[in-house]
Amino acid sequence: MSAGPGGPTPVAAAAPGTAPTAAGPPGVPGGPAGAAPAPPWRGAVRRHVVGVPAYGAVTSAGGADAFPRADLPGVGPAWAWGGADGAGVRVCVVDSGVEGGHPLIGELDRSVTVVEREDGTVGIVDCPPTDAAGHGTACAGVIRALAPSASLSSVRVLTDGKNGSGDALLAGLAWAVEEGFDVVNLSLATTRTTLAANLHELADRAYFRRCTLVVSAHNRPVPSFPWSFASVVSVASHDEDEPMTYYYNPAPPVEFHARGVRVPVAWPGGGTIRSTGNSFAAPHIAGLCALVLSKHPWLTPAQLKTVLFQCAANVAQRTGGAHEPGR
Amino acid sequence: MSQADDLGADLGASTERRLLRSVVQVARHAFGAAAASVFLVDPDTGELVFEAVAGEGDDKLVGTRFPAGTGIAGWVAASGQTMLVDDLRESRQFSTEAAESTGYVPDSIMAAPLFSGDACIGVLEVLDRGAFMPAREMADVALLDLLADQAAIGLELLTRLRATSPDLRSDKAMQLLAMAEALLANTHG
Repeated sequence: MSAGPGGPTPVAAAAPGTAPTAAGPPGVPGGPAGAAPAPPWRGAVRRHVVGVPAYGAVTSAGGADAFPRADLPGVGPAWAWGGADGAGVRVCVVDSGVEGGHPLIGELDRSVTVVEREDGTVGIVDCPPTDAAGHGTACAGVIRALAPSASLSSVRVLTDGKNGSGDALLAGLAWAVEEGFDVVNLSLATTRTTLAANLHELADRAYFRRCTLVVSAHNRPVPSFPWSFASVVSVASHDEDEPMTYYYNPAPPVEFHARGVRVPVAWPGGGTIRSTGNSFAAPHIAGLCALVLSKHPWLTPAQLKTVLFQCAANVAQRTGGAHEPGR
Repeated sequence: MSQADDLGADLGASTERRLLRSVVQVARHAFGAAAASVFLVDPDTGELVFEAVAGEGDDKLVGTRFPAGTGIAGWVAASGQTMLVDDLRESRQFSTEAAESTGYVPDSIMAAPLFSGDACIGVLEVLDRGAFMPAREMADVALLDLLADQAAIGLELLTRLRATSPDLRSDKAMQLLAMAEALLANTHG
């Protein structure tokens, strides 16, 4: 609910480098004099999240709002991932498949696909490491670039069957959670409300089994899942070119903004292309999660998200707010 | 089927086709693109079917089908996520497949899903946008999504109107249809 008598207040983007204040973000219209302005997370739920696309509104600056917060002394980027390479962490890409042996990816530990059985149900079988669409390969390359020693596996959930992606998505994600991957990258969203309850249950199961789901945010005027669930790490894009720079968004549901514009990504056939989309922001955070977990393998998903929050550029002041102004 | 029903179905179908043609023409123009196209998802097979093309390929591609989940448009339809890729000609595999399927090898593709309710019914795709403009990836994706939403709403309205028997259509709906027809007629000069 809104805190102010003036009703829900939209969040105004703070100027880069604006110092946070205890009273809340500057520029947020408050109620009558003396009433505390509503902090960003208490305002109305935004119709659209910032990121890609952004409906012509402020894009990356959304992640740089100043906001009051508690600090955990000592938990910063150096503690979180300094010297880490992802070794010992198992990451799974749930997508269109991944091209194994790509120079930017290397070999996969496991490659499986969802298949449709004759009775119409779906199952999981091992498959050659190939990618019919290119998207999963692109995501895997981003993860590999950040976490060179992490183990990578792939579940293909896009099938050629006419059942569409609903059952396949559920089956593929359930498999990844049961297999005990530490991090699962899901650069997909579904808009089918009939899947929401099942996905919610899966996301909660993952959370309690210490499997961190990193999910790209979806920014269309239609409800979509599972990025909007609190148990996952949701990611939209900023438009800077630095792969390790990410921001915490004080006005969720989307919680983090990572590189997602003009990203050089691996593409089937061995080369690279430049690509733009929230899909490519999520694997940056998945790669970071692998780095953090390789150094601190005991972290629960809740703790891991706290570490991500602590180390975000606008919290840890890592980059001094070198934001492009929104377009 | 009465003659009136036949006439109604035909009217609806041709308006749909003209709406889609208008959408791809606007998209192509807005981005200064080599081509723009709309695919609709075949509800029975999940295949993507070229429904309208402006620019390279023009109407000879209309009706061509692609298996579900393949290519960039297939991924966009299956995932519901908008995507933009550049430097595609660097990818040998992509070039070969594109040349075999459409005869045109773009360097960049931008594609956005069309939603009707909670289902993705199609994809709006733009090839080789803005050859003469500086790249503005984020803004381009945002604009494409706005166009995709407008196209999807137009399609949904037409679908609903067609599902209503002609004698139950309200005067207002008929007026809207007439207005849409007039607007579309203008775009075709």
